[in-house]
Amino acid sequence: MRVMPPGRSGPCRGAIWRVVAAAIAAVVATEALAEGPAGPPARVVSMNLCTDQLAMLLAAPGQLVSVSSLAQDPRGSAMATEAAAYPSNRGLAEEIYLLDPDLVIAGSFSTQATVDMLRRLGVPVAVLDPAYSMADIGDRIEEMGRVLGRAEAAAQLRAEFEAGLAALREEIATRPRAALYYANGYTSGDRTLAGEILLAAGFANIAAEAGLPEGGVMPLEILAMAEPDALVTGRPYPRASRAEEILDHPVLHQMRERRAAGAVSDSEWVCGTPHVLQAVGRMRALRERLE
Amino acid sequence: MRALALGLCGLVAALFAVSLTVGPAEIGPGESLRALVMGDAGPLTLVMREIRLPRALLAALVGGGLGLAGAAMQGYLRNPLADPGLIGVSASAALGAVLAIQTGVAAAVWIGLPAMALIGAALGVGLVLMLAGQHGGSLTLILAGIAVSALAGALTALVLNLSPNPFAASEIVFWTMGSLADRSMSHLWLALPLVVAGAAVLLRLGPALDALTLGEDAAASLGVRVERLRLSLVAGTALIVGGTTAVAGAIGFVGLVIPHILRPLVGARPARLLWASALGGAALILAADIAVRVVVPERDLKLGVLTALVGAPVFLHLIWRSRRLEA
Repeated sequence: MRVMPPGRSGPCRGAIWRVVAAAIAAVVATEALAEGPAGPPARVVSMNLCTDQLAMLLAAPGQLVSVSSLAQDPRGSAMATEAAAYPSNRGLAEEIYLLDPDLVIAGSFSTQATVDMLRRLGVPVAVLDPAYSMADIGDRIEEMGRVLGRAEAAAQLRAEFEAGLAALREEIATRPRAALYYANGYTSGDRTLAGEILLAAGFANIAAEAGLPEGGVMPLEILAMAEPDALVTGRPYPRASRAEEILDHPVLHQMRERRAAGAVSDSEWVCGTPHVLQAVGRMRALRERLE
Repeated sequence: MRALALGLCGLVAALFAVSLTVGPAEIGPGESLRALVMGDAGPLTLVMREIRLPRALLAALVGGGLGLAGAAMQGYLRNPLADPGLIGVSASAALGAVLAIQTGVAAAVWIGLPAMALIGAALGVGLVLMLAGQHGGSLTLILAGIAVSALAGALTALVLNLSPNPFAASEIVFWTMGSLADRSMSHLWLALPLVVAGAAVLLRLGPALDALTLGEDAAASLGVRVERLRLSLVAGTALIVGGTTAVAGAIGFVGLVIPHILRPLVGARPARLLWASALGGAALILAADIAVRVVVPERDLKLGVLTALVGAPVFLHLIWRSRRLEA
């Protein structure tokens, strides 16, 4: 995590006095933050789908004042119902500033311009990396606990998550082969969250044998020739697009008819939160049905 | 004439066979063709019948249709610069197709996608012919085409940008450049009826187009009804361009390059140029679709990029020549 001091080279010249005042206030605030434990932040805004979910899991009642609008969309968010209780933001510096937060939590893929702008306005911004593996998830939980001043709750959640994961893992003699297949024929390699969900559930990912250990575009022909035992496809968005049409190609239908068990990677596959355990559990049940 | 027909048919057949044996799954040509014909429960048959066969058939259909439509438009306008892609018919068809997909019409009724593309193409070709007029020169035709292309292209981009689907905006390239990657038999069945119907309309225009080379008055005295000819041309072109664009996006320059190359070989007779251009167009798109898979297999290179690389120099050459003639 990086809590950056607000910009010293901000756009203060010629700007409205309010911005100046905000910047001064923020310098004071960050100095206080730098000096040591200044108590947990009281008004936290999250602006990234994955940090939204971790923050909702860990924040004290009333501490989290807004989550991103993506968190309320069940297509990508595993906690859409919970998120409906929070006012949403669309990740724009202006609306977030007006929420008067004393901490903003962003993902490392959040718009850099927005993060910079908020820092110039004197709002402390914590940037969290996404989780690329199961091991990352525990670290992210802990990190979120630290920025929210909720270390105890985080330690408990992390322990629960790791115990849950350990309970799901088992030694498997022969792993069935599974393919991850998304819009535009994209597949993910082993060193991604989706790849690790497959591994944890006892599958082998065919991306490596198809020559794409890091993931990438796997032509439909290669997928068909690989004959995987299970086919995990992305869930199409509303309003068709040509990119997603490939998920409806007759070849995929025939592969499912012949041998491949079908599964859909939904919101639980997207973010590194304890919800991935549900995805692992469901894939494990699928694998057990294959045997 | 027979030699030309046989030669073109042979070329199309050869390219069709090559197209079937080219793909990312490296399979020997003998093995793959056997799997296609004999068929078994293996994955190779699946690949051949559901991926490569529809792709090769669509390439021949799309190329043949666009070649024919170009030859017919050039015969009617007596202008070698007319090409459905260049004068905005394909762009209008793409707009219709994008609207069908984004409004849900395409998902509601199977005919929705090609029908909307057909309507778009008909509006586009009708508008250009109206603006250019029967006696309009190259300049009016091209300018009208640019205007229609620009408008249709901008509206297509607007519709895709407004879509709630996060992938839609990246599809502007497909609709403006065209591709046959990952098409299936269902796409072939969507396009085939329209293209066949359009070809039936356009191929019958041969004698009238031949007569038109003598001038409109002479053609009228030979019994050609120019108004009806124009209507048939608009209908046939819209059917073909609507059908092909709905499944393969807008591919330009086919209808420009092929008639240009073949015109001297058919003695500049528009009627003969029609079928010759259909075969030539099929060969061009088959070859272009082989090239996109062989040259940069890891990238989804668009067909329109290749046809433009071949077509744009031909276009410039034609403009250069017509300038000299006018001067």
